[in-house]
Amino acid sequence: MSEILSVSEITGLVKQTLEDEFDEVSVIGEISNFKAHVSGHWYFTLKDSNAQINCTMWRGLNSYVFFSPKDGMKIIANGKITVYPPRGSYQLDVRSMKPAGVGELQAAFEKLKQKLFEEGLFDEENKKPIPRFPQKIGVVTAIDGAAFQDMKSISSRRYPLAELVIASCRVQGEGAAEEIVKSIKLLNQQNDIDVIVVGRGGGSLEDLWAFNEEIVARAIFASKIPVISAVGHEVDFTISDFVADLRAATPSAAIELATPNKDDLFGYISEFSYYNSQKMFEILRSCRDEVTSHITSYGFRMPQDFIRNKTQYLDSVLYKFSNLADNKIVSGKTRIDLLESKINAMSVDSVLKRGFSYIKQNERVIARMKNFTTEESFLIKFYDGEVKIDGKEERK
Amino acid sequence: MAKKKENNFESSLARLEEISAQLESGDVGLEDSIRLYEEGIELAKICYSTLKDAELKVTELKKQLEENIKQ
Repeated sequence: MSEILSVSEITGLVKQTLEDEFDEVSVIGEISNFKAHVSGHWYFTLKDSNAQINCTMWRGLNSYVFFSPKDGMKIIANGKITVYPPRGSYQLDVRSMKPAGVGELQAAFEKLKQKLFEEGLFDEENKKPIPRFPQKIGVVTAIDGAAFQDMKSISSRRYPLAELVIASCRVQGEGAAEEIVKSIKLLNQQNDIDVIVVGRGGGSLEDLWAFNEEIVARAIFASKIPVISAVGHEVDFTISDFVADLRAATPSAAIELATPNKDDLFGYISEFSYYNSQKMFEILRSCRDEVTSHITSYGFRMPQDFIRNKTQYLDSVLYKFSNLADNKIVSGKTRIDLLESKINAMSVDSVLKRGFSYIKQNERVIARMKNFTTEESFLIKFYDGEVKIDGKEERK
Repeated sequence: MAKKKENNFESSLARLEEISAQLESGDVGLEDSIRLYEEGIELAKICYSTLKDAELKVTELKKQLEENIKQ
């Protein structure tokens, strides 16, 4: 007959045995009835097709879990078996857990991605445009991280007119997702943030996991301010990237997408100055050409031409007039000469008509006897004819 | 989203583009062209020096503000 033990005694022995024997175990199984208590502790059941075991994970320890455990997720839990005497139950006291494989995380990722896709969280029509010239860029990342240092230096180099407003948060480990959500909401409460960059530098799949959490995706979707997601490196894709208004390969690239380049702006401004100066010269030149064309136009030339024409006419009139005058003078003179000779002739004729005659010797009219010689021939002119008289010499 | 103040640099650049387009259109009279041109050159100068002299500002949103969000 074995020793009779009290319930407490047997329970104490079981507790000692179990806790000694199973001080360090790894258990693979599927999570069910997962409950994150307000106290910060987690309670859930691990099961497989034939059995199940209750599990607890205390606050503090669970802050190192990078992912949010969900019902149906297959995990490997590390811990020890403990017995709880008041209820006579045993449980697995979990120290750490990880997904049963990368496949498990991948499956969770794909499942959430599919779900959010079907809800329309990735739809192009929901994407907000990124402003070209942000004044305030909200940043959701760890203020002491390398990513933020990079973002500051890129902003400073590209577009120092902007202000970076950082809502610092943890970006990995348990609670990171909640802090990211809080920071996004905080920035949305400001009324002057133009764009938000949510991200972190590179890391393992586990490090980046917060950006695959559903609450982060929903916070990004709910943001009234455009969100650029910038998680890890070029090759890393997270749920945040799909739901954000714009995906950047890295935090530095996010700032490049969020800001205009200072050098481009300088180029633009000087191009403007040059181009518009050219344009102004062109306008001035065309105005001057226009004035010139008016001045030289037919209408404008008219008065000048009119004057010229009139001048020419006047000249021609004057010319004609002077010609006329000249001609008159000439013809007048001729007539006067003619008349004069006529007058002369008529005066001689009238004398002859009255019965006088005159003598011409050597083609000269001889009016005095002293000019006359009988030696040479002479002419006696009558009114009705003339008689030639030979001189003495001719008569011999 | 409400803006606290006008984005001067952005609006200046936009005005520059507008002026450029107006000058380009050829619909503007000579006096107006000269006025626009002078305004443009002045804006370009301001934009240039604003950008040249700017220094990045970094602000951290404080924790007490975060508390408001928990409600």
